[in-house]
Amino acid sequence: MRMKYQFAFFDEGSKREIRRATLKAVAIPGYQVPFASREMPIARGWGTGGLQLTLSLVGKDDRLKVIDQGSDESVNAVNIKELIGKTTGIAITEETGEATLIQSRHRIPEIPLHAGQILVLQVPLPEPLRYFEPSEYETKKLHAEQEYSGAWLMLFEQIMKYGHMSTGADHPVLVHKRYVMAPSPIPRFDNSKLNDSEALILLGAGREKKIYAVPPHTEVVSLDFEDFPFVVEPFQGVSCRLCGARGVYMDEVHDEETGETLYQCNDTSYCLQRLNEKRG
Amino acid sequence: MDYVQEPVLSVRNLNKQYGGGCLNCRGAKADRLIKNFCPVCGTVYACRDVSFQVYAGEILGVVGESGSGKSTLMECLYFDQEVDGGEALISSYKNGEANLFAESSQQKRYIRNHMMGKVYQNAALSLKMDFSALGNIAEKLIAAGSRHVGRMETRGRELLEHVNIPSYRMKERPKNFSGGMQQRVQIAKALSNNPPLLLLDEVTTGLDLSVQASVLDLIKTIQRELGISVVIVSHDLSVIKMLADRTFVMLDGQMIEHGLTDQILEDPQHPFTQQLVQSLL
Amino acid sequence: MGYVAVKGGTLAIEESIKRLKYERLKKGTVLECARIEGGMRALIDQVMSEGSLYSETLAAIAIKQAEGSPEEAVFLLKAYRSTLPRKHYSCTVESTDMFVERRISASFKNIPGGQILGAAHDYTLRLIDFALQDETDEGAVRWLNRFESEKSGIDVQGADLDNLPKVLDVLRNEGLLLPCGDNDREPDDVTKESVQFPTSRSQRLQILTGGQTGAVTSLGYAALRSFGALHPTVGELRVGNLPIYVGSLLGEGQAEEDYYYIGDIKVTEAETIFPVTVQKENGRKEIEFGIGYGMCYGQNETKAIAMSILDRCLESGDAGYPVYDEEFVLLHINSVESTGFISHLKLPHYVTFRSELDSVRKTRKGKGTVGEDEGERP
Repeated sequence: MRMKYQFAFFDEGSKREIRRATLKAVAIPGYQVPFASREMPIARGWGTGGLQLTLSLVGKDDRLKVIDQGSDESVNAVNIKELIGKTTGIAITEETGEATLIQSRHRIPEIPLHAGQILVLQVPLPEPLRYFEPSEYETKKLHAEQEYSGAWLMLFEQIMKYGHMSTGADHPVLVHKRYVMAPSPIPRFDNSKLNDSEALILLGAGREKKIYAVPPHTEVVSLDFEDFPFVVEPFQGVSCRLCGARGVYMDEVHDEETGETLYQCNDTSYCLQRLNEKRG
Repeated sequence: MDYVQEPVLSVRNLNKQYGGGCLNCRGAKADRLIKNFCPVCGTVYACRDVSFQVYAGEILGVVGESGSGKSTLMECLYFDQEVDGGEALISSYKNGEANLFAESSQQKRYIRNHMMGKVYQNAALSLKMDFSALGNIAEKLIAAGSRHVGRMETRGRELLEHVNIPSYRMKERPKNFSGGMQQRVQIAKALSNNPPLLLLDEVTTGLDLSVQASVLDLIKTIQRELGISVVIVSHDLSVIKMLADRTFVMLDGQMIEHGLTDQILEDPQHPFTQQLVQSLL
Repeated sequence: MGYVAVKGGTLAIEESIKRLKYERLKKGTVLECARIEGGMRALIDQVMSEGSLYSETLAAIAIKQAEGSPEEAVFLLKAYRSTLPRKHYSCTVESTDMFVERRISASFKNIPGGQILGAAHDYTLRLIDFALQDETDEGAVRWLNRFESEKSGIDVQGADLDNLPKVLDVLRNEGLLLPCGDNDREPDDVTKESVQFPTSRSQRLQILTGGQTGAVTSLGYAALRSFGALHPTVGELRVGNLPIYVGSLLGEGQAEEDYYYIGDIKVTEAETIFPVTVQKENGRKEIEFGIGYGMCYGQNETKAIAMSILDRCLESGDAGYPVYDEEFVLLHINSVESTGFISHLKLPHYVTFRSELDSVRKTRKGKGTVGEDEGERP
């Protein structure tokens, strides 16, 4: 038995089905469109939702960038690049500005996206109300009736307990004044990049079988309260130890010898680009 | 009290059945039922053509034995159950001209969140047992549009204080509370949006006597202060006697007698009511 | 080191994959796919069933590649399946057409057509057979020849093996089974349309049959043991080959003679019987029998029976126990999904963890108030 895999892995019928769900998602910003998620050659939870979106969209002229938690070189990104490279042979780039299609796990690049680009975010848990209501049947009703007390109540409880909203990544947002949406576990720092984006942002959850979208220039607001406004991770007074950047999302690095905490850009390609510019 | 005014709530011909009915019992063949139960197909006619009004600032009591349809009636009014027929109008919603039962589920939610409060016998039906007592109050306030933590916390503390929850326990989960405390949190939650109408379903059943008395006292006090209308359902005539201005008696899904509570207690007409009053003495 | 992302990822991954190959080959022996197909029938059956793809050859390659890990082999098969265009649906299969190899009933001693034990581990003593270490190909051939010659001497009592009646028909003819007509609705294809709740029975059966053997067994066991307290009897368990046909492309309404035979699949079918109380007229109650149904690719008997129990639970939909909750059962038994999501915890979570750290630190700085409750964050 000798067989070959086809361009972009899927048969064309599957790609069409996924694109159809994607179109629906674009038409209803923030609404989770169910789709017949396929089993993929990478594990569920390793970006199969994003991967299916990317494979259904990719054409021979695309230039692809893949990010895993800010890095083009992290295991998940390498895996995905390898699979897409192997089954399509398209160009892979690390430069954000150059890419036509960007698949990312839990970060939105520091360099602002431009019109014509598509950002695909990998989503582990698409349902923002899941911890409030475990049943899918019930949460679907809550979305239909625009009943989002639960989303705010979870934040209210955090404030009661800890004195502030204690969401880490994946802080819920309200899209186009209609649907409350899980932005995927991007840090709160990245939430504002969803608002009024130039690029099309697609979100894919493979295991949970949902696709949803934030079309260009859609209003996206992070949930908060009048007296407890949404705040992002603070990086005041901190700069990148490599490129000196400020006001970007930083990784913490612990110096084993001095025990000191240092910072560096989490977006490695952004950092590299700055370093090169400095030298050049 | 002045009953010439418009009713806050009026219910007309409310019908609710469990089961599809059959040739034996469908239509007006009530005489073929055993009580409100069809022996052929097992359908239970829980509410049969129940009609009544509730006026501003009054407490209306509904009394009857268990299985008489009282709780079903309350569930229908709070949209916990779909009705099989009839209508309900609330004066504060669309000028009292829209049949609430015919509204969309989104609208029903709106009505629940803004115009009604309900206290259940089983607190778990209305409280989120894993959220703090304050969070439970906030849930209703958020649903009604509030987005200010400070104001919601203040309002929550005020209400919980009102129902005698000590302030150091307000951030605790109702799961850890006694039955009486849970009922009091429920009452606070139901009152949080100043609803014109409060529905109380067997709120003291299962509590011990001293706790019962304090909860009833609380209801009376709050109702007087806020001047809201209350419908209270109980199988216990003494509860009704203590609270209700007017009372109607339910038996087998039907309203068999109604009038001023004193009147009913002193001069019951229907044999069942007579029996009920007798047992109170 | 702290929370930095892995650098030099490509190289590291290449080396890791090399290391994996080394582990597979380091003893200097190679397992041929033909030997896997020959000697690992149970694993192949399990992998085909969980992979929802019937191909012994592909399953054998996958098992080899996965070094015998069922979860990994299933994963390979399922991912491969995603690349296959779906061109035909087979015609409805009647399990009475099965060429039966094994067929037992726990409900009647004498069943029409007789009990046929066939091949099963059930009756073996679970003592390790150390002699297997010395087994040879030649010995196997000798044994086979002897077996064939013995077999021809045994009278099979004229049993019509591809036309055995169903045991449940005995009950059905007596009117003891809850009546149900043939449901000829086209099944909903769960690979084409994502599942929405509440589900149809066809969706439930598809998901159950592709479930992870261990997961289906455990949940079925839970329903049996206490969380559901069911008391099923195996009405009939049969294992054998079913012929598969597809209709021609020329259109609807063709005669059966025009169907194309495309091959046989081996399946296990379980029909279990549950006593059910039925409300009759005038409040009279009767006990009738309800059926649970299970069918899997290959010989997977425990799974098929457990599936039939879960089918029954989900059909009756009684709340109260998780095994009756279709979201609980159907969303958690898929091997690729459960193993995938658990293994994703091994991926870097540097960014998300950093964000969480920030929140934890803020809490530590002590804006938390007195009197708050211990417990998880909502």
